[in-house]
Amino acid sequence: MKRRSIFLNTSASLGFIFLYAPIISLIVYSFNESKLVTVWGGWSIKWYGELFKNDQIMDAAFLSLKIAFISATLAVVLGTMAGFALSRMGRFRGKLLFSGWVSAPLVMPEVITGLSLLLLFVALESAFGWPAGRGELTVIIAHTTFCLAYVAVIVQSRLVVLDDTLEEAAMDLGAKPSTLFFLVTLPLISPAIIAGWLLSFTLSLDDLVIASFVSGPGDSTLPMVIFSKVRLGVTPEVNALATLMIAIVAIGVVFAMLYMRKQNKMLAAAQE
Amino acid sequence: MSAPELKSTITGVANPVNTELPLWKQPDATPFVRIENITKKFDDFTAVDNVSLNIYKKELFCLLGGSGSGKSTLLRMLAGFENPTSGRIIIDGVDMQGIQPWNRPVNMMFQSYALFPHLSVADNVAFGLRRQGANKHDVKKRVAEMLDMVQLGHLGKRKPHQLSGGQRQRVALARSLVKRPKLLLLDEPLGALDKKLREETQFEIMNIQEDLGVTFVVVTHDQEEAMTLATRIGVMNQGLIVQTDEPHDVYEYPNSRFVAEFIGSVNMLEGFVTEDNVDSVRIDSKEAGCTLFVAHGISCAPQQRVHVALRPEKIKMTRIKPTQDENCMKGEIVEIAYMGSLSVFRIRLQSGKEIRVTQPNFARDMGERFTWNEQVFLSWDVDSSVVLTA
Ligand SMILES: Nc1ncnc2c1ncn2[C@@H]1O[C@H](COP(=O)(O)OP(=O)(O)OP(=O)(O)O)[C@@H](O)[C@H]1O
Ligand SMILES: [Mg+2]
Repeated sequence: MKRRSIFLNTSASLGFIFLYAPIISLIVYSFNESKLVTVWGGWSIKWYGELFKNDQIMDAAFLSLKIAFISATLAVVLGTMAGFALSRMGRFRGKLLFSGWVSAPLVMPEVITGLSLLLLFVALESAFGWPAGRGELTVIIAHTTFCLAYVAVIVQSRLVVLDDTLEEAAMDLGAKPSTLFFLVTLPLISPAIIAGWLLSFTLSLDDLVIASFVSGPGDSTLPMVIFSKVRLGVTPEVNALATLMIAIVAIGVVFAMLYMRKQNKMLAAAQE
Repeated sequence: MSAPELKSTITGVANPVNTELPLWKQPDATPFVRIENITKKFDDFTAVDNVSLNIYKKELFCLLGGSGSGKSTLLRMLAGFENPTSGRIIIDGVDMQGIQPWNRPVNMMFQSYALFPHLSVADNVAFGLRRQGANKHDVKKRVAEMLDMVQLGHLGKRKPHQLSGGQRQRVALARSLVKRPKLLLLDEPLGALDKKLREETQFEIMNIQEDLGVTFVVVTHDQEEAMTLATRIGVMNQGLIVQTDEPHDVYEYPNSRFVAEFIGSVNMLEGFVTEDNVDSVRIDSKEAGCTLFVAHGISCAPQQRVHVALRPEKIKMTRIKPTQDENCMKGEIVEIAYMGSLSVFRIRLQSGKEIRVTQPNFARDMGERFTWNEQVFLSWDVDSSVVLTA
């Protein structure tokens, strides 16, 4: 037992160092006084001030947050519907095709997803005049498309383990299928939906490749701006920005985990 | 349970003297639930096979059978979760064909309780009422009433995961009764409870059933439970109902070897009919080593091979040979098990057949006790055994 726990402790520590050393160094350097990223010049928060004065970065940040918010929300609605169809409709014609289609974006290289979406948008525009040009809207559509796949898979796996008799009990007590969905099924799969939303939000916020393909010249997302800046050399400003993003994501994840743990405990206890 | 409660449950159980025949014995009574030639197939597999059954108002009907015999499937067809492959179900005069579960006058209590984990106890119970569009005040009052009935009035605000197994089970019962269904279906309602809680709840169910006058159909694979609860028992085997009778009759007059062996323990003696009268039969049994005389007639061919079922508690065990020659076997005690209220003996006859005998332990010291390897005589009354041709 003792040896095992030493082994576990060591591997856990190594894993954590591996995962978090880069992030921690980034956070530390974001408080660096010096303009040179690699030279330590003492503690300071001046780069955070600079960051908020940089309009290009701030605009891109707001655009990215907006896109992430909208596409995560759309992906959750559509993905839940898809996950539902996959797990509840039993066998239907084309189910295999449908499930393949839903999970394709998970395994497709981003370059290909981005390229094919770009081609689609261009073709659509020349055929119907919509979407007019590329920008915010096309990025939202693109992000919704690939985030939807993640949500569908998460929701579906939750539905599979959900006790059918709960839904039968609701029907038995007089709930029609539509009422039943909103009063019983939806609350019970809400942890999966929240997880799906958070994942989509992060994926969208993080995406560089697809956004580069489908966004227009005036609509650079945050990753695109960072990437172009970094090519000219890493600035402490970017470190500050990244630190803020990490903080936001970490807070979101912690809350989601607490919520899901509570839900899971409840479900597990009630189903035992 | 406290003493006064216990008393009330006991008096509640004792049937009032009722000279009127029960409904199922009145030839012109209208059944409340009519199951007509119901068959349910899953692909090629027949789970319920051409079952016909009448259940009368205020009955507590038990479906009893081994695992996979089709009990749940039959119940789920009554609730509307499965569509019969063929046949009709009529509840209170209405054909249930095409009527969705949420429109049926039926509620079900699930084996797993199926309490909504995200709702409080009170909201679980209120769920059905709210779907009917009952007003707030009525819902509150009725929920409080139901929770009091199952003695959980103080726990309304808890979530299901904060309850014990027995408490959850009572919430499920309250929830299924709150809409005053005409028919309540219970699928192994007491499966998850320990023995003591089980017995208490059995009494509770019987009380509630008597108070509310709801018709109950209870699925169980526990024969003792069926004997305690039921007005009548339907014994199922491989999708068929093999016998439907009152508990006493199912036990005393099983109509087949399957039923006799499924309900309680029984000794089966094989033999050939030698004398077949209107009101009695003589059977020659090599296994028993004597002639078996049974005081009821059967319809059979001469020399037909039959089985005689003999319950272990009906056998008298003596050291001295009884005067009768028929229904008297000789053997040697090979095993004794002391079970507290009674002792179980295994006796090997000369034919090698082993017979199970139970004897109540009247007093702590019953004089000279039977011991291993002792030679004993086993005898029984002419009306204590049953001849089975099936
Ligand atoms: N949806 C289904 N698809 C295929 N076969 C099924 C389905 N539901 C039940 N069966 C089969 O029908 C048979 C009867 O099942 P049922 O659940 O009615 O048994 P039961 O008498 O309730 O048994 P238990 O006491 O174990 O609950 C079983 O052999 C089961 O495998
Ligand atoms: Mg069952």
